Amino acid sequence: MKRTVSCLAMMVALTTAAHAQMANDGIKIGVLTDQSGVFSSLAGAGSVVAANMAVEDFGDKFGVPVQVVSADHQNKADVGTQIARQWYDVEGVDVIVDVPNSSVVLAVQELAREKDRMLIASGSGTAALTNESCSPNGMHWTWDTYAVAVSTGKAMVEQGGDKWFFLTADYAFGHTMQKDVTAVVEGAGAQVVGSVVAPLNTADFSSYLLQAPAAGANVIALANGGTDTINSLKQAQEFGLNQQARLAGLAIFLTDVHSIGLDAAQGLYLTTGFYWDRTEESREWSKRFFDRHGAMPTMAQAGVYSAVTHYLNAIAQTGTDSAAPVIAQMKATPVNDFFAQNGTIREDGRMVHDMYLAQVKTPAESSGPWDYYKILATVPGDEAFRPLSESACPLVKH
Amino acid sequence: MTEINTSHAADTIAFPKGEAAALGMSRTHLVMMVGLVALVAMAPFAFYPLFVVKVLCFALFALSLNLMLGNLGLLSFGHAAYFGLSSYSAAHAAKVMGFTPELAILFGVVVALVVGAVIGALSVRRKGIYFAMVTLAFAQMVYFFSLQARFTGGEDGIQQVPRGQLFGLISLQNDMTLYALVATLFVLGVLALYRITYSPFGHILRSIRDNEGRAISLGYRVNLYKWLAFVLGAGFAGLAGGMKAISFQLASLTDVYWGMSGEVVLMALIGGMNTFFGPIVGAALVVWMQNELASFGAWVTIVQGLVFMVCILAFRKGILGTLGQFLTRKL
Repeated sequence: MKRTVSCLAMMVALTTAAHAQMANDGIKIGVLTDQSGVFSSLAGAGSVVAANMAVEDFGDKFGVPVQVVSADHQNKADVGTQIARQWYDVEGVDVIVDVPNSSVVLAVQELAREKDRMLIASGSGTAALTNESCSPNGMHWTWDTYAVAVSTGKAMVEQGGDKWFFLTADYAFGHTMQKDVTAVVEGAGAQVVGSVVAPLNTADFSSYLLQAPAAGANVIALANGGTDTINSLKQAQEFGLNQQARLAGLAIFLTDVHSIGLDAAQGLYLTTGFYWDRTEESREWSKRFFDRHGAMPTMAQAGVYSAVTHYLNAIAQTGTDSAAPVIAQMKATPVNDFFAQNGTIREDGRMVHDMYLAQVKTPAESSGPWDYYKILATVPGDEAFRPLSESACPLVKH
Repeated sequence: MTEINTSHAADTIAFPKGEAAALGMSRTHLVMMVGLVALVAMAPFAFYPLFVVKVLCFALFALSLNLMLGNLGLLSFGHAAYFGLSSYSAAHAAKVMGFTPELAILFGVVVALVVGAVIGALSVRRKGIYFAMVTLAFAQMVYFFSLQARFTGGEDGIQQVPRGQLFGLISLQNDMTLYALVATLFVLGVLALYRITYSPFGHILRSIRDNEGRAISLGYRVNLYKWLAFVLGAGFAGLAGGMKAISFQLASLTDVYWGMSGEVVLMALIGGMNTFFGPIVGAALVVWMQNELASFGAWVTIVQGLVFMVCILAFRKGILGTLGQFLTRKL
């Protein structure tokens, strides 16, 4: 009897000791992404590859397995939260990464808070994640609509774009970007000469686009995304609008340019958080990624690698995988890798790093597939992302 | 899809003749109903409770579609409108207006009923493909309304909906408590739908489906019956949508998208639209596929399409329809 009791006591002691370090015998990283819909090429399977690369490159340093699981949320908020719940509750996933699609990522961030686990968003762009919906358990790594839209706005005003025309997708995403950019360009002394809203999934943009030269614009900003961007860009090219004004894409990814082709996309200005052909390290990593995935990485996919690596480093330093100490460690350590130089994670969860203003090359300038961007300028992180003084995040003390 | 052939007696949802009935059910149906209730009671111990919650919401949604499809032979291709609007209304009521969960769901049902009454009044005059297209058009209007209306939060949806306290007393934060509520509502919904289907009203619906001219000549105001069935279907879809919004604490554009309307038709067809219980089986299968196949990358939609094709080609009566044929019983 005594022996049984002491055995039991020992077992309890052992299991609690193990729990204090690594819960559920290992570290599990869940890549929740879109593998069949509109975000599948900019994030999707490539994000899973990036997470796996990060784990392999990190090596076996914990003595417990580090596992990557992945799922396709099918762009359905209920499917996404269902999977995330099951991951947190049953499968013991410690952190969920990527999650393009704003309705899914906002739900998962809320869930992470409830279950006291972590979310590191990379593919999604909604600025609400670190603004009014911010959470102590969430981080936003790569980009947001504010950063890409506002950086492009500022930089183009500096380059002489002083008469702006907006082609805006008629839903919250488009309206938010137009509002943010308008504030910035007007603050910089430029003028908004006109704007037009087009419904989601418009096929023929001609009547909208042709209002721009009539308004005397020298910058046409495309405050839309996905197929809307692709269609409007192609049609702007067909009407020769890129001869009369500069086109600015407010949310464009490398894979979008790849599918549009340089003929239609040439000359487009955009802001990106990462470009593969920028430094020696980024080229080296991207070539390895290309060998496995068959496409160059987008900023979302590179961000997943950077985020997972930073996460694993924080676990190595704290010796635990429970959320609070790991988050504290991640926020205390600057991010330095091929993706970000001296990136910092703010109290609202925003990872602040430099963004890059780029212009799409002409077919003559390009040496072949994936050689698409000219990096024109670096936008310092402090200028690119929404300053904490304007934040609506309750975690930020003004 | 234009002409849904339901005229073969063996295929119809009609009440089996000559079988001893208890509680207004045939013996087969009684066994199935008891089995269903037992299954619902045991499922959360075998599966992840919230997964079962989702199955139940979609099962009720598919049943609500089949009220029209199975009994009237009218395919509503915009059924997501009532599901989604109710889910938005319930979420808004619980989050912004501070309703308790049962009132929030009730509010969702009322909204679905009202919208269903208006759309139904305008669409039941048409049949076949025209009916499907008219309902789809209205559903697209609801979609664009939801995309742009301020309270829906656009593509972000309504997030952080509180589950709240049932009757202001019982917290639903625990998944099992929530499951108990959803399971109760589901079983009540199924019983009500069963009663409607096999009531005199249901018999008239089937008589209209089989020979509308004859029903008119017998003095039935067929458009009124169709409209009533439409509104009831919308109401039960609303119940499903409201339950889903409270359970998953969100309402999003997925719920009003036309893809959702297509999915619920798929559920009814796979399960067997000429059986009462078929849509439940179809819903469970589709939700299970979406969940299980998610980890295989891009395969979900492909497999879903294949299953649909196999169903259409190999067993058109759906899973329960074919099984019933095999057992020579009406399931």
